Amino acid sequence: MAKELIKGNTAVAEAALRAGLEAYFGYPITPQTELLEHLSGRMPELGRPFVQAESELGAINMVYGAACTGKRVMTSSSSPGVSLMMEGLSYIAGTEVPAVFVDVVRGGPGLGNIAPAQGDYNQIVHGGGHGDYHVIVLAPASVQEAVDLTGLAFDLAEEYRAIVCIMLDGSLGQMMEPAEIPPMQPLKTEIPDWAVRGTNGGEKRVLTSINLDPPAQEKMNYRLMTRWQTIEANEVRYKGYYLDDADFVVVGFGTAGRISLSAVRAAREKGIKVGLLRPITLAPFPKEILDELTGKVEGFLVVEMNAGQMLEDVRLEVRGRVPVEFFGRMGGVVPFPDEVLAEIERLVEGPLTTDGHPRDRWLARMADTLG
Amino acid sequence: MQQEVIIAGFGGQGVLFAGQLLAYAGMDAGKEVTWIPSYGPEMRGGTANCTVVISDEEIGSPFVQNPTAVLAMNLPSLDKYETLVKKGGVLVVNASMVNRTVNREDITVVNIPANDIAESIGSKRAVNMVMLGALLGNADILSLEDLEKALEGHLPERHKKLLPANLEALHQGAAYKVDEGVMS
Repeated sequence: MAKELIKGNTAVAEAALRAGLEAYFGYPITPQTELLEHLSGRMPELGRPFVQAESELGAINMVYGAACTGKRVMTSSSSPGVSLMMEGLSYIAGTEVPAVFVDVVRGGPGLGNIAPAQGDYNQIVHGGGHGDYHVIVLAPASVQEAVDLTGLAFDLAEEYRAIVCIMLDGSLGQMMEPAEIPPMQPLKTEIPDWAVRGTNGGEKRVLTSINLDPPAQEKMNYRLMTRWQTIEANEVRYKGYYLDDADFVVVGFGTAGRISLSAVRAAREKGIKVGLLRPITLAPFPKEILDELTGKVEGFLVVEMNAGQMLEDVRLEVRGRVPVEFFGRMGGVVPFPDEVLAEIERLVEGPLTTDGHPRDRWLARMADTLG
Repeated sequence: MQQEVIIAGFGGQGVLFAGQLLAYAGMDAGKEVTWIPSYGPEMRGGTANCTVVISDEEIGSPFVQNPTAVLAMNLPSLDKYETLVKKGGVLVVNASMVNRTVNREDITVVNIPANDIAESIGSKRAVNMVMLGALLGNADILSLEDLEKALEGHLPERHKKLLPANLEALHQGAAYKVDEGVMS
């Protein structure tokens, strides 16, 4: 199939539709709106429900209800809208029904702005909603990868009865790149054995997130956690660049990852042996490769479009064995490759330390421009 | 080999479409491409710009601080991007909309009266194609033929009647060589 030049938001929408999306519920917000707009045309064409809800709360609870039927359903939003969905996500997790949502992250906190950012990492990866649960988080760095991960998102959601988030940022949503979108899949006809389907005189099934008996709730929590162990064992994805002989490694996801790739290439041209680790699954986090690299390299540089949120997960894995430094831009400011290159050169020149916190050192360096 | 082009001007000058066309042409020529617009509120009535990267390998950053080429469709765009063009790069200036000369001497400068040329063709809105033509005529990015094919393939159906004028604009732009200073 031929590639087409397509916007990230539109590509994810079309990929979801072709992966068998049977109902979409959402509410417009920049820089995500093209996703909803595309589906507002395409879903009715195919006789599938598209609902522009009254708010993000409405949308996520419609997803919750529809997910209970075992159909492929999704919503999408951007940071402030996703914040509104957190209660619903916790309920979905507590009911163990599969659901997919897309967060096209923008500058914050608060209403912030519509520029690209990665400030939602902590909210999406480490919680957001209340209670003990994990969301599988996929972080594409290109339009093609976003397309590929959209199909995967539905498969993973169903396989693990889990919530899957596709986390983009504003630039990936707005950028056009050539991408090949897989052909239309037939809709699922099979109803999962847990799904509600109207008893029609048959066995009664109840799906709920309320569990008034603590020991029973504890068992359910245990099930969620052991299921997460399986996910951690089977579903880690990342891409490595120039890692074989790397003395230093940059770690970055999504747009920060691909910007770092430009910087890494420029550094290689200068003879610096640096590689790039780009996590594709932020949860489960690629711990093993980080552990392996920790034994081989002289230091890491974490690059993010936030104040160092994934940084903490990297530090947790490196555990002070080698120095970790940090560079980030915040609030919707996107780093240029030259800035990352300068940080790589600083890393190589040293001196490096494992004392203190890399965020403190970074904030001190940023004082001249931001203080 | 990687080329980075920033196209900048007022909203309505066809900045975003010119960039998309360049991206289509690159894609159809078998290259990796990215197209990213400035999508903020500044688009409404103010300046618009987009960045196109064309490369032989997987593209890293779609954002570029020092592009290899800039098309400045108006004075604010020239003021913003003149200092940012990579040394040895190309700056195409719409001389119809700019009342000053370019100061840089370490880049190739193409001063082209794009509005006047577009009007002489009878299609004021083809300014963006004149500028694109001038870029391809003076920089080794893609062939004029690549762009012609992209134009034929991707001009929206409702605008198909404008194809001859757009092709003519492209050709007149490409014929405008930097050293000559006059139309050849």
